[in-house]
Amino acid sequence: MASTSKWTKPLIGDVLVILFSLVFVGYLFTILWHSEQATKLQIRLGDKIYATYSLAQNRSIDIQGPIGITRIVIANGKARFAHSPCPNKYCVHQGWLSHQGQAAICLPNQVSLELLGGEKPFDSLNY
Amino acid sequence: MTQPSKNKLIEIQTTADDHRIAKLAAFAIGLHLIEAVLPSPMPGVKPGIANIITLFVLYRFDFATAVWVSLLRVFASSLLLGNFLSPTFALSLSGALLSLAALFFAQYLPRRYFSAVTLSILAAFAHMVGQLLVVRFWLIPHGGVAYLIPIFMAAALVFGVINGLLTNYLLRINPVKLDEDKG
Repeated sequence: MASTSKWTKPLIGDVLVILFSLVFVGYLFTILWHSEQATKLQIRLGDKIYATYSLAQNRSIDIQGPIGITRIVIANGKARFAHSPCPNKYCVHQGWLSHQGQAAICLPNQVSLELLGGEKPFDSLNY
Repeated sequence: MTQPSKNKLIEIQTTADDHRIAKLAAFAIGLHLIEAVLPSPMPGVKPGIANIITLFVLYRFDFATAVWVSLLRVFASSLLLGNFLSPTFALSLSGALLSLAALFFAQYLPRRYFSAVTLSILAAFAHMVGQLLVVRFWLIPHGGVAYLIPIFMAAALVFGVINGLLTNYLLRINPVKLDEDKG
C-alpha cells in the first residue's frame, strides 16, 4: 500500500448525513417516548373491556376472574394491582402506574390494566 | 484418471458473472451466519455486517450485482439456519429489499461528497423500516411497537456508521476488482 492511511477521510456529505441522522433519531425519541400523566384506567378481563375509570377519583375495584378476586386500587392519579390470587404476583410487584400507555397484566387471572391519556398520540409498551 | 466430462450428468452453463456473484454471496452468507450466532441485546438489533459486502459490491461492481448478492445471502442464510419462510426470514427479506431500494437511489449521490458511510446509514435505516413494517403489520399488530422505533433507529445509525467505515476501509485496501484474474 502506497497510501499513507487505509482509512479515508470523512467527507463533508457523510458528516452532514450523520448529524442529520442524529437529529432525526433524537426527534424520534422525543416524539415517541414522551409520556404524559394518564387520566383514565382501562381494565380488561379476558378479551373484553371490563371497565374504564377516571384516575381523578380514588377507589378500589374487586374483579372476579377465573381463579379468584383481583383487587385494583386507584389513588392520587395512579393505579395498581393491590391484591391478586395469582401465584407469582408479578402484577402486584409492578407497583403504581401513572403514565399514559403503561400497562400491567395478570395472566393467571386474565386481568390487565392500561392507562389512557386524554389524547393518545401513540400507544406505548413498557416491559 | 477419468475425464470429468464423462461423469457429468448435468452441466449448467455458468458465466464469469455467476462465479463472481456466487463468490461474493458466499462472503456475505459467511458474515450473516457469524452474526446469527452472536448474542443480541434485543431482538432485531444486529450489526448487519453482511451489508458491508452489499456495499462493497455496489461500489466495485454495479447495483444489479449488489441485488443478487444481497438476496442470495438472505435466501441461502435462511436455508442454512433453518428459518426459511419463518418470521425471521420475512424480517430479513423485507429489510434487504427496502435497503436495496434505498441504495438504488443513494448510489447516484455525488461520490465526491458522500462515501459508503452515507450509503450504509441510509441502507441501515431502510432495513429497520422494512423490518418494522413487517413487525407492525404482521407479527405484532399493536401500536406499542412505536415505542421501540427510537431504539432500533439509534442502533441502525450506530451500526450504519461502523459498517460504512469498514466498507470504506475494504475499498481502500482492495483498490482493484476482486477477481479480475479468474472467471
